[in-house]
Amino acid sequence: MSKNVENIIELSNELRWKLGGDFHDSITESIYADASEIVGETVNTDSRKGRNALDVKIDKIVTSKTWGFPIMFLILSVVLWLTIIGANYPSALLAELLLDTIHPALKTGAESIHMPWWLSGFLIDGVYLSLAWVISVMLPPMAIFFPLFTLLEDFGYLPRVAFNLDYLFKKTGAHGKQALTMSMGFGCNAAGVVATRIIDSPRERLIAIITNNFSLCNGRWPTQILIASIFVGAVVPKSLSGVASVAAVIGIAVLGMAFMFFSSWALSKTVLKGQVSTFNLELPPYRPPRFWKTLYTSLIDRTLIVLWRAIVFAAPAGAVIWLISNITIGDHSIAYWMIDSLDGFGWLLGLNGVILVAYIVAIPANEIVIPTVLMLTVLVTGMAAGNGAGVMFELDSANATGDILKAGGWTLLTAINLMLFSLLHNPCSTTIYTIYKETKSAKWTAVATLMPLLMGFVVTFLVAQIWRLF
Amino acid sequence: MDKEKKIVSSACEVCPQYNPNGLKKLGVSAENTDFVVALAGNPNTGKSTVFNALTGLRQHTGNWPGKTVTRAEGAFQYNDQKYKLVDLPGTYSLLSTSEDEEVARNFILFGKPDVTVIVADAGRLERNLNLVLQILEITNKAVLCLNLMDEAKRNHVEVNTRALAKRLGIPVVPTSARFNKGIPELIDVIRQVANGEIVCQPHRIKNVPKTIDEAVKKLSEEIKKQFPGVPNSRWIAFRLLEGDERVMEALRTQEF
Repeated sequence: MSKNVENIIELSNELRWKLGGDFHDSITESIYADASEIVGETVNTDSRKGRNALDVKIDKIVTSKTWGFPIMFLILSVVLWLTIIGANYPSALLAELLLDTIHPALKTGAESIHMPWWLSGFLIDGVYLSLAWVISVMLPPMAIFFPLFTLLEDFGYLPRVAFNLDYLFKKTGAHGKQALTMSMGFGCNAAGVVATRIIDSPRERLIAIITNNFSLCNGRWPTQILIASIFVGAVVPKSLSGVASVAAVIGIAVLGMAFMFFSSWALSKTVLKGQVSTFNLELPPYRPPRFWKTLYTSLIDRTLIVLWRAIVFAAPAGAVIWLISNITIGDHSIAYWMIDSLDGFGWLLGLNGVILVAYIVAIPANEIVIPTVLMLTVLVTGMAAGNGAGVMFELDSANATGDILKAGGWTLLTAINLMLFSLLHNPCSTTIYTIYKETKSAKWTAVATLMPLLMGFVVTFLVAQIWRLF
Repeated sequence: MDKEKKIVSSACEVCPQYNPNGLKKLGVSAENTDFVVALAGNPNTGKSTVFNALTGLRQHTGNWPGKTVTRAEGAFQYNDQKYKLVDLPGTYSLLSTSEDEEVARNFILFGKPDVTVIVADAGRLERNLNLVLQILEITNKAVLCLNLMDEAKRNHVEVNTRALAKRLGIPVVPTSARFNKGIPELIDVIRQVANGEIVCQPHRIKNVPKTIDEAVKKLSEEIKKQFPGVPNSRWIAFRLLEGDERVMEALRTQEF
């Protein structure tokens, strides 16, 4: 049986050779000829009207050379501003409920049933608190950011962004559709990496995968926002502090895009050399989004799924933090030894040992960086603000958080470098795993993981050295 | 009388075969289904919207090409028969090698769906037909879902669906899935094709240069001899002449 198959294949090889190289084009032409014949017989277009006049007018403005970019940044700013301002109130309410009310109640409950201190510490101060923190900090901004983003998407704005950025991507040797996967990355890098499947050239797809991490993801927005409000907002007059904070966060996001373009360019000039492939980008008609439906689906599909992922990773991370803070070797806890050994390197980068340990603990989920930092800072400074060793907590006001950080030796430099390092470090473990699944290559997964981390070291090091000169 | 006229929005609704109450949206529970239905089409034609309308699922839809890159599955039940519905990634063609096109092509080819529903944008039919004609080379059991009729109408594009159905040799159902229009009719046509009540005679690509046509015929005869059951020997011949490794491998491993 299989021998006959070889006959068929041999015959096809023979015939292919006879037909010559333009077979593919001939077939494509035949299909198009058939299509236009059929359409000629069955479709009646009013040739005087054509594309929707309003669509054309909107496109002329939002994809124009002059207005395209300002409009893009304006929309990004409005979305961020609504997210930052709007998330404050529900965050505070959730924190009050989960951290100030339920947490003490759980502790009291545990005491009344005589639960051993280590078990209640592990479960309530470790696992429960990390979950509570992630929910109260992440849920509100996500519940605002994702629906806004989805509304823009349904309206049809994303392909216009791709259209505006296409020229820059082409210049860097990357694929124009990378603009779409980059935008997805602003929500979640793992989702952005999966979205690169729309890029058909393997070379350009790899570039898009490796550089997706430079899109500031949802887990990192809260870190940026909190640190910017505490430190950047504080150096300007009070009336301007909100604007300054938003500007600083947007600055970091734009810097991330700059790094993405730069590393796409560097990759396509070195290890991933090749031609830029052309593609057709459809600018779909603008469609008024169906508001309530969009709200519902974006809450279910995106917000809850991302939140669930964060919860799954935060629970064990909370347990680990509690353990390393409470298991002692010699005179001090494991956390203390880790912080101590990384302090010197941290100082070189304008950071400190606490931040580096927090980033190691937070590899599974970027969302828990800040609570880990706070908890560890309290631990090493011996302050009494927290609830004891290894307890993650959120302070009621940004001011109180700032006081702790300042007591831990933080300066404006530490804050700025933390924001930079939050942008430039390894992707979270889910994204790393997704990269491996998509590329099926340990080598490229390693490149995608270590390249941004190295960049983070270099950038924060340089900033720290220059800062200290003045 | 007048009142009745207002409620009935299409002739299909008074047809004895029409049975909107027979539809049960089964969500993701796609076990033990009687038929497998594939949903193919160009990007941004509303495939995911059609998928949601049929299954009752709420797969996210977006207004940009390339929203769906993986396969999504769901199910519905109609008149006691269960249908599994597979939403394929949107593609412009099946001739290149990007991952989304491979997923779509391999499913239509090797997944052997009982019905392939091709969702097309009524306002951009010419561009969409490229994919439609390619799919019709692969499978005999197809339905064209002419979606976004509302938009086409707004842009003054009129499609003669009966002439189109005749030309393509498959049923054509006009829909506006966003507003659930035409979905009951689509379901009933899917049922008829799945049960063999409608037998398609799909259009096969004409306008092929003579030399190629002869080579294809010769090769396709050879394939028919070895694989008497395949409905798409001509398409396999096209692919072999193009040197498609995946199709060669499929021949060797008897996947057809």
